[in-house]
Amino acid sequence: MEQSTVTAAGPTPAERFDQLIAAGEKIEPRDWMPEAYRRTMIRQIAQHAHSEVIGQQPEGNWITRAPSLRRKAILVAKVQDEAGHGLYLYSACETLGISRDELNDLLHQGRQKYSSIFNYPTLSWADVGAIGWLVDGAAIANQVALTRTSYGPYARAMVRVCKEESFHQRQGFEIMMTLARGSEAQREMAQDALNRWWWPSLAMLGPPDEQSTHTEQSMQWGIKVETNDEIRQKFVDQTVPQAQFLGLAVPDPALAWNEERGHWDFGEIDWDAFWEVVRGNGPCNRERLAHKVKAWEDGAWVREAALAHAAKQEGRGLAATA
Amino acid sequence: MTDRATTTSAPTVGGYPLWEVFVRAKRGLNHVHAGSVHAPDADTALQHARDVYTRRAEGVSLWVVPSAAIVASDPDGRDDWFGDSKPYRHPTFYTIPDEVGHL
Ligand SMILES: [Fe+2]
Ligand SMILES: [Fe+2]
Repeated sequence: MEQSTVTAAGPTPAERFDQLIAAGEKIEPRDWMPEAYRRTMIRQIAQHAHSEVIGQQPEGNWITRAPSLRRKAILVAKVQDEAGHGLYLYSACETLGISRDELNDLLHQGRQKYSSIFNYPTLSWADVGAIGWLVDGAAIANQVALTRTSYGPYARAMVRVCKEESFHQRQGFEIMMTLARGSEAQREMAQDALNRWWWPSLAMLGPPDEQSTHTEQSMQWGIKVETNDEIRQKFVDQTVPQAQFLGLAVPDPALAWNEERGHWDFGEIDWDAFWEVVRGNGPCNRERLAHKVKAWEDGAWVREAALAHAAKQEGRGLAATA
Repeated sequence: MTDRATTTSAPTVGGYPLWEVFVRAKRGLNHVHAGSVHAPDADTALQHARDVYTRRAEGVSLWVVPSAAIVASDPDGRDDWFGDSKPYRHPTFYTIPDEVGHL
């Protein structure tokens, strides 16, 4: 129902959109929006949704081998949350006029991406700790910023997600704490996990601002409210003292407290390595996508059976009322 | 949701079906259930919803949904649906020393 009519003197839809953005107001699904805004939003939310879904795999790898029933129950709950995050985000994305089937196809065909962080393997139990602490930690830094993004459904999904993330990071840190205070072998395992996950966690926050193709327009439209580098600095500042508390060494010789800036200086991220993984050449790219496609195809009979059941129920309902 | 949302056939007044009304108070917030109206069709339901629930600029957007289209959970004996038997889903389950800072 288009009830509101624009009077002759009123703003055009494009002017209205700009006014809303300038006023820091949210854009809602039925508002007029520039086609490029819609496309950018779809791409970003879809990529975020796919990341949550694919992100179940590295940790799911350890569910059957968790060291105790307590750890196993926690890990199942955590992975279940990530599935839920994917669904909140797909739901937000669908308000932009793209269907779930299209989104699935785009992921399965490799035409939309997911976060490169999930293309690294989980080699030891300590990786589950490191992921919760670092990967969820970096994700939180990014998602907290996104609760202020300009698209209403995306911002609301982020609020929901952020409420659930604290548990993810704390359970990860608890694992790291336990290992760091454990035997020498456990401490080494924790250090090894930190060594392998540190740099990918910094890189997952996206390319540096001067190289980021989307940043400027995304800032103008209020899609992004903090730049990649700002979020990365926040993450480093929060995380370094935590590593110190654990008695673990951050694998960066350039890491140093900068009194003047009031921030931690850190070394150069290997962006060539990052782009290699984005291009599909990380350790697990093929495996992650193949697993996702297989799960989708293996589930086809369940979806068909559910539809057949629904049709049968409907038939019975009609028979009963006839 | 009102209790009557648990029935599949909502009551009618003079043959008018019932519509549930949802109001978005301002941009950035979800539509929230406000109440219901009786109306013969969707357009009229929207008009009534506007007149009944947003006379003082209480909202910027309205939804009306046929009450009969709402499927509600069973209010009785469903503690297992909404129960909270997994304390480890909450951040407070984990004791992290204060000096670690905010996690
Ligand atoms: Fe998540
Ligand atoms: Fe998470």
